[in-house]
Amino acid sequence: MTERSPPLHGVHEDRGAKFTDFGGWAMPVTFDSIREEHAAVRERVGRFDVSHMGEIEVAGPDATALLNRLTTNDVSALSPGDSQYAAITTEEGVMLDDTIIYRLPDGTPAGEAVNAIEGMTNGNLGEPDGDPAYLFVPNAGHDEETYDRVVTHRDEWGLEAAVENTTTGWAMIAVQGPDAESAVDAAVTAGDAAALPRFDATVADVAGVPSWVARTGYTGEDGFEIVCPADAAEAVWAAFEDVQPCGLGARDTLRTEMGFLLSGQDFDPDDEPRTPDEAGIGFAVDLDTAFIGRDALAEQRDAGLTERFIGVRLLDRGVPRGGYAVTDGDLTRIGHLTSGTMSPTLEEPIGLGYLHVDHAVDGAEVAVVVRGDEKRAEVVEPPFLDR
Amino acid sequence: MSFEVPDDLRYLESHEWTTDGDVVKVGITDFAQDELGDIVFLELPADGDELSAGDAFGVIESIKAVSDLYAPVSGEVVAVNEELFDRPELVNDDPYGDGWMLEVELDEPSSDLLDADAYAEQIA
Repeated sequence: MTERSPPLHGVHEDRGAKFTDFGGWAMPVTFDSIREEHAAVRERVGRFDVSHMGEIEVAGPDATALLNRLTTNDVSALSPGDSQYAAITTEEGVMLDDTIIYRLPDGTPAGEAVNAIEGMTNGNLGEPDGDPAYLFVPNAGHDEETYDRVVTHRDEWGLEAAVENTTTGWAMIAVQGPDAESAVDAAVTAGDAAALPRFDATVADVAGVPSWVARTGYTGEDGFEIVCPADAAEAVWAAFEDVQPCGLGARDTLRTEMGFLLSGQDFDPDDEPRTPDEAGIGFAVDLDTAFIGRDALAEQRDAGLTERFIGVRLLDRGVPRGGYAVTDGDLTRIGHLTSGTMSPTLEEPIGLGYLHVDHAVDGAEVAVVVRGDEKRAEVVEPPFLDR
Repeated sequence: MSFEVPDDLRYLESHEWTTDGDVVKVGITDFAQDELGDIVFLELPADGDELSAGDAFGVIESIKAVSDLYAPVSGEVVAVNEELFDRPELVNDDPYGDGWMLEVELDEPSSDLLDADAYAEQIA
């Protein structure tokens, strides 16, 4: 498979970044060190190139109905400028991916959002009588299968909506940390993105580049995600030149401290098949909507869970990692980890994974098997940090 | 980016270094610590344990990865840098100095190690 490159690859190379393959993309894993980058986001502000995230645009009279049947949350609750977290599930309720859905200005044609947002200013979010339009963001490497899934179901259901995979047309830059608001305020040249409430989005010019700016993120800190045209990514990135550049290494430690799921690792249709309730994101499931997988999830909610996603903190020396078994401390297996690291903020070894519900209780004593040895650990309901 | 490769040490292809002599020090190279990133945990043998050249003797973990450590020499461990258990970051800060890991009394003279030029070429 040919590796995909973000538009800023050369800029990162010149900055001395180390790269890693992530979902088929050559992405920066560190610029300086995970510790420095992580601390910048927790204490000040950091910027991430997250252009490996996919973008699918859906627009038309039936766009809302189409997405409501393909995602677990209630898309009809969104107004232009709203965002929503949701899962995409199979008929069996198994998560294929998780995603953020943004409702774009009404009347934005699918595949044309890059052009359509040009010239829009804050407060002029499209034509009030236009068709609903959405941009949603599958994880790295999921854009093509997600696009196919949306198109196949649209045709099967005979719905009227245009669907475009615009992943290569967009770049995405996340600015995260307690000082993110002032950094974004300084970079915005038109519009009022810095005043956005949490989870809202709007059109604004960043360094003169018309962009879709959302107050969302994956770090647990206040922050923004800026979706801008790929060919203008350099100007937007440069508008934050005083902000610490951060790689996927820090992105992973930051999200692990918050207990946020990593698609393909904390859940995966083949290697770690999980429902949203097992994965701890039942809040993103609305059983009053008729999505694929709804009946299976309703049934599971009635029957109760066997295992659920939770955190552990190691009390002995060692570092928990994905794949390690968790026991009751007496050699009886009660689950396993899917993620783990040394928390840079807490300087404690932390992990995330699935434990039997009898043991998935905050404060319970368990053990993590590290290279054949049971290490004492304590169950922690994430997040590990108060945020 | 260029990495320090001291002339007076010898190297394994798997990025461990050793000094010369009957009792040698062992650690990992500047290149290795940079590749690993922030080192957070080490598992090392104890005094009196035997090392066998080429075999794994311990584990080093950075924030993002777990790696085995390989013995460049055969012999008995006569000292362990226990400072590293509390301050594993010394391996990042000073891989050829305060970041040393073991002292080993050799069973036999070591062979098949790379000199500084050969190792520098390998990581170039």
